[in-house]
Amino acid sequence: MKKSARSWRLMLLVAAVLAVAALAVAVAGCGGSSTTDASGTPAPAISGFTPAPMTADTILGAGASFPAPLYMKWGSDYNGVAGVKLNYQSIGSGGGISAIEAKTVDFGASDAPLEQTELEANGLAQFPMVVGGVVLVVNLDGVADGQLKLTPDVLASIYMGKTTMWNDASITKLNAGVKLPASKINVVHRSDGSGTTWIFTHYLTDAAGSIWTAGADKEIPWPVGIGGKGSEGVATSVQQLSGSIGYVEYAYAKQTGMTTTQLQNKEGAWVKPSIASFTSAAKNADWKASLPSMYMVLVNQPGQATWPITGASFILVQKDQADASRAKTMFTFFDWGYSNGATAATSLDYVPIPASVYDLVEKQVWPTLTVSGTPVWP
Amino acid sequence: MSTVDLEVKPTSSGPRGAANAAPRGHRLGIGDPLFRVLATVCGITVAVAMFGLAGVLIYDSWPAITGLGTKMLTTVAWSPSQGEYGALAALVGTALSTLVAMVIAVPLALVIALLLVELVHPAVSRVVGTAIEMLAAIPSIVYGMVGLFVIVPYVQDHLVPWLLTTPLANVPGIKPGLQFQGGGLSIFTAGVVLAIMVLPFITAVSRDVLKMVPQVTKEAGYGMGSTTWEVMRKISMRYANSGIVGAVFIGLGRALGETMAVAYLIGSVYTDLPRSLFDPGTSIASLIANQFSEATRTLDLSALIELGLILFVITVLFQIAAQAWLRRVQRVTGGRA
Repeated sequence: MKKSARSWRLMLLVAAVLAVAALAVAVAGCGGSSTTDASGTPAPAISGFTPAPMTADTILGAGASFPAPLYMKWGSDYNGVAGVKLNYQSIGSGGGISAIEAKTVDFGASDAPLEQTELEANGLAQFPMVVGGVVLVVNLDGVADGQLKLTPDVLASIYMGKTTMWNDASITKLNAGVKLPASKINVVHRSDGSGTTWIFTHYLTDAAGSIWTAGADKEIPWPVGIGGKGSEGVATSVQQLSGSIGYVEYAYAKQTGMTTTQLQNKEGAWVKPSIASFTSAAKNADWKASLPSMYMVLVNQPGQATWPITGASFILVQKDQADASRAKTMFTFFDWGYSNGATAATSLDYVPIPASVYDLVEKQVWPTLTVSGTPVWP
Repeated sequence: MSTVDLEVKPTSSGPRGAANAAPRGHRLGIGDPLFRVLATVCGITVAVAMFGLAGVLIYDSWPAITGLGTKMLTTVAWSPSQGEYGALAALVGTALSTLVAMVIAVPLALVIALLLVELVHPAVSRVVGTAIEMLAAIPSIVYGMVGLFVIVPYVQDHLVPWLLTTPLANVPGIKPGLQFQGGGLSIFTAGVVLAIMVLPFITAVSRDVLKMVPQVTKEAGYGMGSTTWEVMRKISMRYANSGIVGAVFIGLGRALGETMAVAYLIGSVYTDLPRSLFDPGTSIASLIANQFSEATRTLDLSALIELGLILFVITVLFQIAAQAWLRRVQRVTGGRA
């Protein structure tokens, strides 16, 4: 009995020594700004991101959280088809851009496209992978889904804090027959930087620039309103605050059964958010004019059926790929996503890229990407 | 298996007992030195972690400290896309939400602690005491969600509309400001949830301090003809006074740094100072949580790390104050704290 107690303590002691040793190694490893590998060459430590082992059958991606569920679904479907794994880290658009600039991933993903100059400065290329819509959600008693109508000017005025009551004449004029309360409009926006805000504020700037003067970016100094963290934060805030209005991705609004609004589009037609109205925006946009950068803001596009707050989510890759077989694997996956991923996309409430657009990407963009001078595609 | 078993056996086992009575590890002769080395390494690790953290925070926030200077502390708006890095709104929001939390939690915690120590049966005290300690183990995101789904709609739909019909509606601090959005997501709501979160910490420490009040002293009070209330107020509370202040500091430290619950409840307004408790605002920790994922430029990241440094310094100062106070308690009560 005594002996067992002693050996038990000895084991504890050994475990403690090991734990401390591990801790000491960890502290030493984190303390230095660079580590040295066995051959003596210093390897730069990239803060906060450790690349997984580079095997040819794993594609590494990181970035925007909005398309993450779709990329993960595609990844698992494609693994079944081709035996290639996709490791996608949903760390936000900004993180995705940093990761591809630092070449720690095969591709980055961003909801906001980069401008041509920025692409060139970092040797990157970009192309759209999937389309999504941003919709307005309200919490108003007695107002049904898709019933309330708003024009860009009214919406901008609400988000500027100029229109403050639901029974304001500018709103009731558009909504004859809808009972609007004499209560304050509680404005909700995102509190974190996000591609959704980037799309929404670009829409307000583009469609109601004379009223909306607060700028367009991933985060802006909001004139009015409260911030919700993430789409789920905005959605729950709107659900909890009566008389509130907010903007979220379509998938969120649909899956949580929130009350969406109609908007007046560029042609003056009233449209409801739907896969069809987002597709219309993607089809009617002049993608050819966006070449070679493919910088495209999909808001306020022409077309009778077009939902005006639509945005594309982009893939960012290095223009000069390091490894021919890895590049081939990755672009084969993207091609599979374009041509076979539409059903999965629609089932998750994303909008597939129209064939005319991905045809343009595969014929005009991919052939300009190279591995030591040879095009990676076709 | 019991320790008694281990200690009795050697002395009763004849001639070998004498050898076995020597300190454990004697056979190898390395037990004590090994443990000493181990303990020293562990101790140093804590110090290295602490100073390493401070060092990294200062190093990484240096671009912001030199580039932005005091603008960080004196300007209001935070919008990296516009080149604005003002943390004043976050500082004010942190102070106000913590104040609300303390005003609610401290009296409540004291009453509960007195109840547990002085008034209820020890068995009840144990059960209730354990329940309160379990409150401390709930992840903060859960408090944030409960706040969002239960407290926010109540404040928005009932409390604030009622409050605005009373004469209090025009009192500064309650009178809605420009950013008022119904009061549901506001500094007040964040403070209420913070109060629930720090309550177990303050209660547990206060209870332990009140337990230390010598029974003899209290009985002397009763012997003088005092009522229970008088004994609690004039003897227990006075005796435990400084210990309770220490407990409050511990709660304060936690409220200052709370992140996720506040991020969900405070309303996240970065562009204006709150004019009332029912206005939305922001706090240092929730601002960091909200802005970190999209902060990619050096200055953005550096400014956020400087916020972390500010919070670190404030928290350390409060902890030092709390430790100093608790040491004083030990001296006053003869080392029983």
